[in-house]
Amino acid sequence: MWQWFHRLGSPRWFYQTSGKWLPWLGGITFLLLIIGLVWGLGFAPRDAKQGNSFRIIYIHVPASFLALAGYYVMAIAGAVGLIWKMKLADMVMKSAAPLGAALTFVALVTGAIWGKPTWGTYWVWDARITSMLVLLFLYLGVMALQHSYTSVDAANRASAVLSLVGMVNIPIIYKSVDWWYTLHQPATIKFTEAPTMHPDMFHPLLVMIAGFYCFYALVLILNTRSEILHRERRSSWVKDVVLQNQR
Amino acid sequence: MMHPIRRQRLFLVIFIVVAASLAVGLMTYALRDNINLFYPPSEIAAGDAPSGVRIRAGGMVVDGSVERARDSLFVRFLVTDGEAEVEVHYTGILPDLFAAGEAAVVTGELNEQGIFMASEVLAKHDENYTPPEVADAMNAAHERAQQSADES
Repeated sequence: MWQWFHRLGSPRWFYQTSGKWLPWLGGITFLLLIIGLVWGLGFAPRDAKQGNSFRIIYIHVPASFLALAGYYVMAIAGAVGLIWKMKLADMVMKSAAPLGAALTFVALVTGAIWGKPTWGTYWVWDARITSMLVLLFLYLGVMALQHSYTSVDAANRASAVLSLVGMVNIPIIYKSVDWWYTLHQPATIKFTEAPTMHPDMFHPLLVMIAGFYCFYALVLILNTRSEILHRERRSSWVKDVVLQNQR
Repeated sequence: MMHPIRRQRLFLVIFIVVAASLAVGLMTYALRDNINLFYPPSEIAAGDAPSGVRIRAGGMVVDGSVERARDSLFVRFLVTDGEAEVEVHYTGILPDLFAAGEAAVVTGELNEQGIFMASEVLAKHDENYTPPEVADAMNAAHERAQQSADES
């Protein structure tokens, strides 16, 4: 039962297999993002109250989704690395941190740009926005820890523990708009109810969310592959790969 | 069967997550009043909100309560949460999405008369998104329904 699990943990196996997926994943990502952007920004109807400024939702919501989901990816990879000492899991954890930080940053910036014409301010210290800023600092903290140890093992252990402790922030971000009075509105897309958005506006948003999921997977795999080459640089198979590419 | 050392590390991971959740959960529970961005009008009417310090109030702007001065940017309106109303006075530019029947968050101080002297007014958007044609059709249907209700 554990066999596939341990094979997946082999960096060499992952490097070779993921190389075959990359063109497909890249093509699907490109298609989804192009369709979603043109549909959402060009053809979806404008909002009755906000006009065209609501269209930033097509970047803001997918980026926020992946900023949250990406933290689970990082924390679970960190836990697997802690428990099974799996090298690949540590590399995934390290690769997920800058990607998640970038997506969190995009979510915060697009939210601020939307907030000015809608709310009348770029920033307010409400529970949703503040907890999202904490998420950015958690990602930056993991990145900083990775660079502050000379021993790779110590860096992995420290950042895995920080990832796990920070995981408690994710449900707080998600539920903050329901638990406290905030300026940020409650979620438009809920798991249990129909979205409070017209279908003509909602369908391009779904395409963008799917596109961002693929984009996340693509960039995470690319980051992990370069991390594999870096950490395994002394092994013979990496030398073979590099020599093959030079020819 | 899991290796005993791995199982021990698994329990350590679970312990870290549970302990962190517990600590943060207790902290946010203790600080829940400070985490709320604003007071609803019912808490202000009940005297739970301090007067003379900067606070925020939030709620629905009451339909037909918005009165603008002719010669200045002064505006006054009522904010409600369905239970109580608070009168807000404000001089300045209102955000585009500020309207009667929409939610707003105001920053300022309560004076002795219980009037909220606002220095900043923010519009709070809801989670609904509708195209203009659909919104117009919905409003028209709403008016028709009200008319027929009035006639009967």
